[in-house]
Amino acid sequence: MAADEDAGETNFMSETSKIISRRDLLRGVGIAGAAAAAGPVSLLSTPEPAAAAEPAQAARAAAPREAFENLTATEADLLEAVVDRLIPSDALGPGAREGRAAHYIDRALGGALSSSRQAYAAGLSALDRYATQSRGKGFLELSNADKDSVLMDVESGGATPGIFAGSSAQFFNMVLGHTRQGMFGDPYYGGNANFVGWDLLGYPGVRTMVTAADQKSLEAGQLKPNHKSAYDFEGFNKATASLEPHSGDMKHGD
Amino acid sequence: MATRLKDTDVVVIGLGAAGGVAVLPLAQAGLEVIGLEAGGAMTRRDFAPDEIRNNVRGWPMLTSHKTNQEAPTVRPNGSANAVQGGHPMMNAIGGTSLHYWAQHWRLNPWDFKVVSETTRKYGAGRIPKGSTVEDWPFGYDEIEPYYEKIEYEVGVSGQAGNVNGKIDPRGNPFEGPRKREYPMPPLRWTAFHDKMAGAAKGLGWHPFPGPAAINSRSYQNRSGCMYHGFCNTGGCHVDAKNSTAVSTIPRAQATNHFKAVTGAVVTSINVDSQGRASGVTYVANGEEFFQPAKVVLIASFCYENSRLLLLSKSPAFPKGLSNNHGQVGRHYFSHHQGGAVSALFPFNIGAWYGLPAQGVAIDDWADDNFDHSSLDFIGGGNLWAMSDRRPITAAGMNTYGLAPSWGSQWKSFIKENADRSHSAYLQKTTLPYEDNYLDLDPVVKDPLGLPVIRITAEYKENERKVAAFIQDKMEEWYRAAGAIQINKSPVGGSMTTSTHAYGGTRMGDNPETNVVNRWGMSHEVPNLGVLGGSVMGTSGAHNPTHTVQALAWRTAEHIVKNWKSIAPTTSQ
Repeated sequence: MAADEDAGETNFMSETSKIISRRDLLRGVGIAGAAAAAGPVSLLSTPEPAAAAEPAQAARAAAPREAFENLTATEADLLEAVVDRLIPSDALGPGAREGRAAHYIDRALGGALSSSRQAYAAGLSALDRYATQSRGKGFLELSNADKDSVLMDVESGGATPGIFAGSSAQFFNMVLGHTRQGMFGDPYYGGNANFVGWDLLGYPGVRTMVTAADQKSLEAGQLKPNHKSAYDFEGFNKATASLEPHSGDMKHGD
Repeated sequence: MATRLKDTDVVVIGLGAAGGVAVLPLAQAGLEVIGLEAGGAMTRRDFAPDEIRNNVRGWPMLTSHKTNQEAPTVRPNGSANAVQGGHPMMNAIGGTSLHYWAQHWRLNPWDFKVVSETTRKYGAGRIPKGSTVEDWPFGYDEIEPYYEKIEYEVGVSGQAGNVNGKIDPRGNPFEGPRKREYPMPPLRWTAFHDKMAGAAKGLGWHPFPGPAAINSRSYQNRSGCMYHGFCNTGGCHVDAKNSTAVSTIPRAQATNHFKAVTGAVVTSINVDSQGRASGVTYVANGEEFFQPAKVVLIASFCYENSRLLLLSKSPAFPKGLSNNHGQVGRHYFSHHQGGAVSALFPFNIGAWYGLPAQGVAIDDWADDNFDHSSLDFIGGGNLWAMSDRRPITAAGMNTYGLAPSWGSQWKSFIKENADRSHSAYLQKTTLPYEDNYLDLDPVVKDPLGLPVIRITAEYKENERKVAAFIQDKMEEWYRAAGAIQINKSPVGGSMTTSTHAYGGTRMGDNPETNVVNRWGMSHEVPNLGVLGGSVMGTSGAHNPTHTVQALAWRTAEHIVKNWKSIAPTTSQ
């Protein structure tokens, strides 16, 4: 589609599945709750120094891991293992497991990504069968090197015949895309925990005002990450639109 | 049976970039104006800086139940299957001007005279075979005052390059002469923009900051731009983007002569026994209404303009309203923006903040700004080096064959290079052709049972040659600025749905080949006007919105000045 948006975006209409209403965003001690605990700041306040966000991070680290909401325990273990190989934790820092990318996907499968729920069920199961048939062990039992080689087969489409319903490459690309959303998206959606994704990229964070001095500071490599979600700034509506006839009970965040 | 509403002077279908402008001069003149908008209303609070919502999940397009349910089907040619995709526009007060990039270019004088100027300089044989391109019914001089009007009424920032014939080297030396400077200075540049401008100068080119309908400082009591980085498919949280929702529409409402109706999906334009427009029928909350009006202005997007005319059949217009010459849907084209070029630099470029309308433009290779004698195409392209980066998009960057797309090697690559890539925005001359057109899809219907529009169109040889030429120029520019890797996307292909869509109700003096006259009024229905890119017969190498808005103001002003002859004495 030759739209303006295309220069920077390739998939802006790719996930137009419906956004359903549901769940209290502050339920439990998830990311949204911890972020809210950090306290709202005004829409145009000067960004706070990074240190201000640290108590919230500590609260997050101490929070118990909540159960998955949509994936089965088996699916969740497989997905965790996959995202851990796609963006591994290594000497360069935390990966997608620490970023809770699988939790982002899990939550979205009950909402904005619900049309992909079946593809995850079928694909994760096929992945495990392919590992067993080709490497003699289930995916979770494999060494990291073997997990990677299995994922390369899945990525290339080579794992497809007789095991994946569609192309294994299609499954791989879907998971990779969603893993990046979970790693690098706003923490409001349940991933990018402790802003590990943004820190990896060197993204200094969501701001509502960037002065010429801030820009110069960025260019000098001196703009400190502010570690804020969009919804830490007071005043933004979370609903999709204010006056749509059918959107009265719509909530974002799923 | 539709509920008949109280008569009004003018009904405007669609309150986006075009309709949202036209209502102001109409209401200011004291005409009673009703605007019908399929979407709702949004405010700055709806525009959170949220990449998942804006760019990944397609919000705010998701809020547009009308466009989404009526998305066109697309096929490259008459023998291919047409497939329905997404719709690039949204429904709301302000329409897509709420979240567009807001690049606000005037067309260049050549764009209005492509046929005569090409013939004069290079011979008639240089008009591409099969193209139905015509000169506009007027030249740049005619539209210049309306460009100025929009720049001041809506609010456009920029650097003038030609004021009354005097060239200012800080601006675009190729622009047509303007009578006034922009009301605001251009958006600021970053260190990377300075570097790109320096590289261009080294090549002997003429870099300048592009114009934007975005406040570079406080204007009309609205804030200047905050450069926060969520402008691409995002509305403005401080109303610095001059969508019609915050500029012309509130001023029209303040006259007390204009009323906006939201949630109104127009299903037909009605005609009286004399073949004049009598009003429009719309559905809101499942109920059908008839809004009588003395004058009807259709200002939905390009696709819906043709669609609504084709759907509005009557004994006087059996092939659709204003279509007795068979011209509705003809001369369709979408701007050739494909054939992208991206580059990798060996240093961070500081693009995490800023906006797509902020950057460095090159017009040396646009339109007929360079000699085409020894070339095998006409037209050219605008090169645009902007700021636009967000984290998920950055993580999806091309790895230029230097790393896989996942795993530890990728992680190392992205850690180093997330802020080192740049994608150019390249808009190229695109022409209309005999076999590129819009019509009603024979199969796919919307939930009301009405056929959607079908696009049958592809880029031809001239577009592909322009694109390849422009890609080479962009590579030259990137290399001069220090790029170490270059990637070029394929050129050409099918003309899919686009935010830059033109034609279908083309403007021209000849009713045999055009739907509307030089004032934007139908050749066949004297009290029906058409606003939007659908009246434009050429694209130039720049974004269409400024021209769309200048034409909308001009059509509205024409209606005001000629009210007695245009409006029927009794409407029925």
